[in-house]
Amino acid sequence: MTKQLPRVDVVLVGFGWTGAIFAEKLTAAGLDVLALERGPWRDTPSDFATTFAQDELRYYWRHGMFQEASQDTLTFRNNSAQTALPMRRWGSFLPGNGVGGAGVHWNGQTYRFLPSDFVARSHNEERYGPLPADMTVQDYGVTYEELEPHFDYFEKICGICGQAGNVDGETIEGGNPFEGMRSDQYPNPPMRMTFSQDRFAASARALGLNPFPVPSANMSRAYVNPLGMQLAPCTYCGFCEKHGCGNYSKASPQTTIIPVLMQRPNFGLRTNSEVLSVEKTPDGKHATGVTYVDTSGEVWFQPADIVILCAYPLQNTRLLLLSEIGTPYDPRTGEGVVGKNYCYQVMSSATVFFEDEYTNGFVGAGALGMVVDDYNGDNFDHSGLGFIGGGYIACGTTNARPIESHPVPEDVPRWGSAWKRAVRENFLKTTSVGVHGSSMAHRSNHLDLDPTYKDVWGRPLLRMTYDFTLNDRRLTEHLTPVAEEIAHGMGGAHVKVNARRGSYDSEPYQTTHNTGGTIMGTDPASSVVNRYGQSWDLPNLFVTGAGLFPQNAGYNPTGTVGALAYWSVDAIINRYLPDPGPLVRP
Amino acid sequence: MAGTALAASRVLASDYGRGAGMPWSPMSGEVPYYGTGSERFFSHEERRAVAAICARLIPSDDDGPGASEADVVTFIDRQMAGFYGRAQHWYMQGPFAEGTSTQGYQSEHPPAMLYRLALAELDEHCRSQMGGPFAELTEEDQDAVLTGLDEEEIAFERVSAKTFFDLILENTVEGFFADPIYGGNRDMIGWRYVGFPGTRYDYRDFVGHNGAAIPLEPVSLQGRPGWSQP
Amino acid sequence: MSRLRNALLAGTFAGALGLWIASAAMAQELSFSQVERGRYLATASDCVACHTNIEEGGKRYAGGRGLETPFGTIYSSNLTPDEATGLGGWSRDEFYRALNEGISRDGSHLYPAMPYPHFTKMSREDADAIFAYLRTLEPVTAEIPENALPFPLSIRMSVAGWKLLFFDKVDFAVDPDQSQEWNRGRYLVDALAHCGACHTGKNLLGADKEDEYLRGGTLDNWYAPNIRGGVNGGLADWEAEDIVRFLGEGRSRHTAPMQRMGEVVGLSTQHLRDEDLMAIAVYLKSLDDAPREEAEAPAQARLETGEAIYFDNCAACHSADRSGVPDIFASLESSNKLTAEDPATVIRIILGGARAQQTEAVPSQIAMPGFAWKLTDQQVADVVTYLRAVSDRKAGPVSAGEVEDMREHLEEK
Repeated sequence: MTKQLPRVDVVLVGFGWTGAIFAEKLTAAGLDVLALERGPWRDTPSDFATTFAQDELRYYWRHGMFQEASQDTLTFRNNSAQTALPMRRWGSFLPGNGVGGAGVHWNGQTYRFLPSDFVARSHNEERYGPLPADMTVQDYGVTYEELEPHFDYFEKICGICGQAGNVDGETIEGGNPFEGMRSDQYPNPPMRMTFSQDRFAASARALGLNPFPVPSANMSRAYVNPLGMQLAPCTYCGFCEKHGCGNYSKASPQTTIIPVLMQRPNFGLRTNSEVLSVEKTPDGKHATGVTYVDTSGEVWFQPADIVILCAYPLQNTRLLLLSEIGTPYDPRTGEGVVGKNYCYQVMSSATVFFEDEYTNGFVGAGALGMVVDDYNGDNFDHSGLGFIGGGYIACGTTNARPIESHPVPEDVPRWGSAWKRAVRENFLKTTSVGVHGSSMAHRSNHLDLDPTYKDVWGRPLLRMTYDFTLNDRRLTEHLTPVAEEIAHGMGGAHVKVNARRGSYDSEPYQTTHNTGGTIMGTDPASSVVNRYGQSWDLPNLFVTGAGLFPQNAGYNPTGTVGALAYWSVDAIINRYLPDPGPLVRP
Repeated sequence: MAGTALAASRVLASDYGRGAGMPWSPMSGEVPYYGTGSERFFSHEERRAVAAICARLIPSDDDGPGASEADVVTFIDRQMAGFYGRAQHWYMQGPFAEGTSTQGYQSEHPPAMLYRLALAELDEHCRSQMGGPFAELTEEDQDAVLTGLDEEEIAFERVSAKTFFDLILENTVEGFFADPIYGGNRDMIGWRYVGFPGTRYDYRDFVGHNGAAIPLEPVSLQGRPGWSQP
Repeated sequence: MSRLRNALLAGTFAGALGLWIASAAMAQELSFSQVERGRYLATASDCVACHTNIEEGGKRYAGGRGLETPFGTIYSSNLTPDEATGLGGWSRDEFYRALNEGISRDGSHLYPAMPYPHFTKMSREDADAIFAYLRTLEPVTAEIPENALPFPLSIRMSVAGWKLLFFDKVDFAVDPDQSQEWNRGRYLVDALAHCGACHTGKNLLGADKEDEYLRGGTLDNWYAPNIRGGVNGGLADWEAEDIVRFLGEGRSRHTAPMQRMGEVVGLSTQHLRDEDLMAIAVYLKSLDDAPREEAEAPAQARLETGEAIYFDNCAACHSADRSGVPDIFASLESSNKLTAEDPATVIRIILGGARAQQTEAVPSQIAMPGFAWKLTDQQVADVVTYLRAVSDRKAGPVSAGEVEDMREHLEEK
């Protein structure tokens, strides 16, 4: 039996980066906010202290801080002709779980998407003519210029370390010459680079490219953010990605926002509480709150005036489908919106093997790297190339955690004496030039509910139908050789190209950059939410996160996720609260 | 079954915030615990077979120590006895199907049971084809059998030989390189062999190494010899 | 910071004003200015810390907190104006007598866990103001548990003997040779904030040793460091500004308040005016101390082992050169806890961890993790010994036995 709880002004579903952002702004505006998080409490000293944080087996290979697949996973197939099967353990991506979400175990690479990324359809069609019919690429409905102040604020909350390339229209040496105009510098200088980045930058410059430091949420120095939160200098320990930072030097919800929230009497957080559905009024025109279940199996109804979905994109999509909000997307007709335009990322790389020099990859950090943007977005002429979009090409030194990172040349067997020797010979002497490619929406790639498999509460799992598209393949074939060329110029003895071929494989780790499914846009017929993240169907329901992206750009998504969250909460406070109702009339 | 796994792996819902600040108390923290016990899963025969397989996957040779010196078999034994062996965190509800090569692990068996069934069939195969259990074959014959599993030339009846091979290879590498607290990588042998300095948490003094080797001894979660007085 | 604090004060003013109007019919002494002054003085005296059962989420000022003393557990009284269980029936004179003479309303002697040996220096006007403020609190009915004291201490009359020996009813004496600021600082330190309750060494019967005034003291397995200044005191490396920031914001270049002192900063000193904090700093900085006795140097092998443990475990936060990170991670080069005779606090923090106090100005709650599960008693002793010897410090070695005792104490808790 469902038990009723006292009403709150706002209920947040999920408490990672976006949950913390919404909660901070909404409680500061005086609202009573409750966050429901299906995972446990997590904090630095209790869950990833320096005394035990550097444990590769526990955190990565045994999934210490990821969503438990036994609680909820998704099914996967490459195309509609196949039968989707459950992802029984995580591989290709690692959804977060618990307080802070994936914001605890991210790398900290914090980019802004390019101005043209937000108008991907209109910009590319204007420049190159109509897109193929099966490319369901759309404009975001919000522009870079509108988001700029929110990018800037999120960078200040996180203390991003970087080198600006364009402040108020003035090009600055050493920064990204292609970036959209910034209103301010980064709050902190770039991180210190290692040997590998120096070699990469020199090689890229020799090719006429424009290397700049990866914008990093790993601190280059001690920093105090606008909320008074302190961040410590990064120690380059190499346990960022897939790990929590033990010494407060990676921006996360815990290190930048949550302690401030926990002081406020009008903020509450309930952990180990999984939302089952968003409830609606009988006419289906307003959300009334959410139903959730706690670990004792008790089911509760939490009434709220505003419901905001702050969970991972895959979970937000599933929750809308389970709650029967919005029309599910149908790939056969192209109609419907929920689950539409699921996108990912197209990765490839070139590994450089040195003979005499040591790269010492264990001296690393999640966002320690140099990068070129010359082949990202529409920074280069795509005429006659047969694809749109692009990706950055970077040399990062994130770690040398040996279970995960022990590259060997291509002719070495997978095991035995030859493998062992090759691991030893190369372990301290390799680096990699990676291509982080965009992923353009395609009519057939989508999310819906699985007809067979259920979670522990008996609800259908989400089903993912996804494969790389023709645009992806042409993109990676065009960009990987550039990475290879830069790699060859870095002075190593040997270069091994890890090209992106074949179908998308759900097993080896690629990125946790799953996007779409709850996309934003200008038209209720082609998007789930309007330009503010407000549901077209229920004006007091908002959705946030990378699920809003109509397609994925060639960057890590968190910077844009943060900016969109601040943009959206600003609209709630300044537009919605004075006059509750649809913020955009279709 | 799923319900049992859930109850065992999570704590009850809790309330935070409302001005109470961040919870914390001294002498607390989720220090590593799993796999640190002395639980075992394998029978004597199974353990012997696993040790022999690991010894071929990461051999002891002129170039340095291998899985035997690192005691990888103990690592795997403890893992199989724990939540990992039971696939407690994995989604193990049916129906089960073979799946495509891009759909990942689809065995109906959790790792421990996969090992048990596969090891029985492996020894059965070796007895009937090569005259003895795997552990008693020559290194050359062992390599031939493992190659047969890897290249899908040998098939088992009840489980996928390839799935088993991929899993034990993955677990062997884990046991060679995981922190010694989990039973393998004894005396940090795997780390010493490749030059990984272990659980150190501060390399600020070495960022400007500029391609030179960094002379640091490895440290594990429970220290190194230098932490005790001679 | 000061802007934040002003905002805070403004908020409290508004609240107090409401109360004042509501209780206009009450005694004339409950004027707004008197109540507000009393609130500030009660804050400076940190009454709320002992008189609130913080561990069990008790109501503010309703008492019931168990105070561990070397002689047993003493429960604090209910300061709210409840007739039956609080100060409801008390007169202003009775309240003053309690602060000034350590005598309860019924004439019995108060245990000196109540710091009346300090409060006796409080002026009558200030005591009256605090009383006026306490009268405005919402009455809370809260029975206080029986004290858990062994005989003969359970007999309150034994306190009379104690007082005869160790308690002097004295007035605060202004030193005309010193500045007004210095005198204000001394009054705050001695009469209100009762810093000596922790920071002054005690004799076997728990009374302050006069010649140990603010030279550091041990209480409930914590060592409160030497807070004298001059060239030899524990605050010798601290500028007055450091002290002001430490007390006002909960951060400084040297270290941050944690645990017991964190509570003092969180509940009391962060709410004090900057000029009062500066007065405290000026006074403390004026107190020189005798040079520290030099202990024998530990064996070289221990120092090398200790250094190895330090480099592998501590350097990530406290830096390889032990300089820490200003405002974030304590400098171990200027730590008055490390150089103290008693290493209790250092051992305790290494074993159990510690957390920097959250304040209005600094919301971060940066914590050091505990090493109890990771380091042996000998290893903790070795790293502490190293830190007490490095940089030419001569604070003396620490034994594994001292660590073992502390570990047992913490595991019992």
